[in-house]
Amino acid sequence: MKRFVLYLALLSAGQLVFAELRIEVTEGVDNAVRVAVVPFAIRGRSVPETNIRDVVDADLTLSGRFETLPIGQMLSLPSSGDDVFQRDWQLLKVEYLIMGNVSLAEDTLGDKAVVVTFELYNVFRGVVEATQTISGSREDVRDLAHHISDVVFEELTGIRGVFATQILYVTASGPVGDRRFRLNVADADGYRVQTLLESREPIMSGTWSPTGDEIAYVSFEDDGRPGIYVLDIGTRRSKRVAQFEGINGAPAFSPDGRQLAMVLSRGDNPDIYILNRETNRLRRVTRHYLTDTEPSWTPDGRYIVFTSDRGGKPQIYQVALDDLSLERLTFEGDYNARASMLPGGQSIVMVHRRNDVFHIALLDLIRGRLMVLTETELDESPSVAPNGSMLIYATQERAGGPGILAAVSIDGGVKFRLPSSEGDVREPAWSPVKRKTFVPR
Amino acid sequence: MRNVTARSLLLLVAASLLIAGCQAPTQEPEPTSEPVVQPAPEPTAPPTPPEPSVSITSGGDVRVDLTGTSGEELLNGTFYFDFDQAIVKRSGFQMLNKHASALNIDRSLKLRLEGHADERGTREYNIALGERRANAVRSYLVARGASRSQIEVISYGEEKPAVLGGGETSWSQNRRVELNYRR
Repeated sequence: MKRFVLYLALLSAGQLVFAELRIEVTEGVDNAVRVAVVPFAIRGRSVPETNIRDVVDADLTLSGRFETLPIGQMLSLPSSGDDVFQRDWQLLKVEYLIMGNVSLAEDTLGDKAVVVTFELYNVFRGVVEATQTISGSREDVRDLAHHISDVVFEELTGIRGVFATQILYVTASGPVGDRRFRLNVADADGYRVQTLLESREPIMSGTWSPTGDEIAYVSFEDDGRPGIYVLDIGTRRSKRVAQFEGINGAPAFSPDGRQLAMVLSRGDNPDIYILNRETNRLRRVTRHYLTDTEPSWTPDGRYIVFTSDRGGKPQIYQVALDDLSLERLTFEGDYNARASMLPGGQSIVMVHRRNDVFHIALLDLIRGRLMVLTETELDESPSVAPNGSMLIYATQERAGGPGILAAVSIDGGVKFRLPSSEGDVREPAWSPVKRKTFVPR
Repeated sequence: MRNVTARSLLLLVAASLLIAGCQAPTQEPEPTSEPVVQPAPEPTAPPTPPEPSVSITSGGDVRVDLTGTSGEELLNGTFYFDFDQAIVKRSGFQMLNKHASALNIDRSLKLRLEGHADERGTREYNIALGERRANAVRSYLVARGASRSQIEVISYGEEKPAVLGGGETSWSQNRRVELNYRR
């Protein structure tokens, strides 16, 4: 461990597929909507890769807001509203049907090879509430299915779906002295894991650029020294953007993507800096002899929210970027850290210690009300989904056990766990955009 | 002659070995190319006054013979801290004094101070805590005569625990600063 051996590899897309994260719903809503996702009819040549129906069914189930009907209980298998016998579904108390068909285009290898038409059918009213025809390549079948889930979710809940997004996270495996760290990205349902970076030295604090094209992270790959790197997802190339003496940590892209906030100690103590990515100039925005860390931008880009122990214990502050004026945001509890603001800018989520246990909490900044969202222990690294309705965080399988990811809805009503067979999983970051978008015909 | 470099010590040892006719002292095997300096066996060369000696092990620890007479000592290179604290414990002072002497005797020594924290609390905050611990050790060593330019501080926070698992038994072993020597 002390020999500063370095092993580093940038792996190309899909080259390695590791054990996937598995989602388990631990708490769903009481009044789940009953839906049936009918097997899609196949027109012409079959599309073998992925079963669209199963992906949609799993998405809706794992959202915690729907109860889906098993195929075995279906009395008929319609593929459009014209074929539906309402009574078949009324008997089973199904409220909505999702159905459709899949066909393979002439050009079976093109980027419009797979054509999917789907309908969302309201059983009670007997009408089709939404229908689309979308197409993609054979590799896009899962993306097409997640797109369907997103459309259905938004129609039925009024909330934008996040099934087509991705999760960035770090894993650590192997015994002390022979650890392997990986920076991975997976679909929000845990499938299609790709390793972006592998190292014998720690990897930390992965975060997305606002467009989802780049990822910033901290790596100790250079002889054990920390540096901040930016990875271009398209080219898989990493570029080091900061390596000063001392701490180089906690990168955070500004909402316009042009600046990168970070923590540098420069041989002294950690403060918050902003790197202008065009001019490459650094601006120091906090100056205190104690710790300032974990910067996060407000959605309007005018403030940075950060953790500081300048008051004795870690609390959340915000600094205005025009005049560098400071405001303390948290007063309840003696450990509040790693805050980030929700899209509306009215609440923050953060790590909050209560009775010696670390939980994820939501603080309503307008009403000053704090709500603890999680019941697990040693919770950290909350990351809010782009629709603002869920957050993913890191916790432990059991006390002292391996790190796992878990998710909770912002109202605390839906909870999941994402166990993995691959060692310790930590520091999830929810992608701000979908992996792929499809324009309906 | 305070600033005896390891190289001159090595030469001295090599010379004395030649004169002694390849009477090799028992050396423990070292899987490394790092020079290993054993205390000079009774020199058959013209008698020199006892010299302090310093050598680095393959694991990055340091061996010293501060007086040149009392035999080598492998210095303990791990110092522990209390929860959420970055204060060097009194119990470590004596050992740290020896490290300061080693750095003082051999200015070619480079020391990396690796600060660590237990898993409680957020990761980046723990990076800051680990750095505070390593800085505290650096201040102590510099106050005892080591040169600041010999010392590099790196914090790993909770990323490189010495012991995996939860509970105070693990945590107390993970709240530490490790001294890691190189040239």
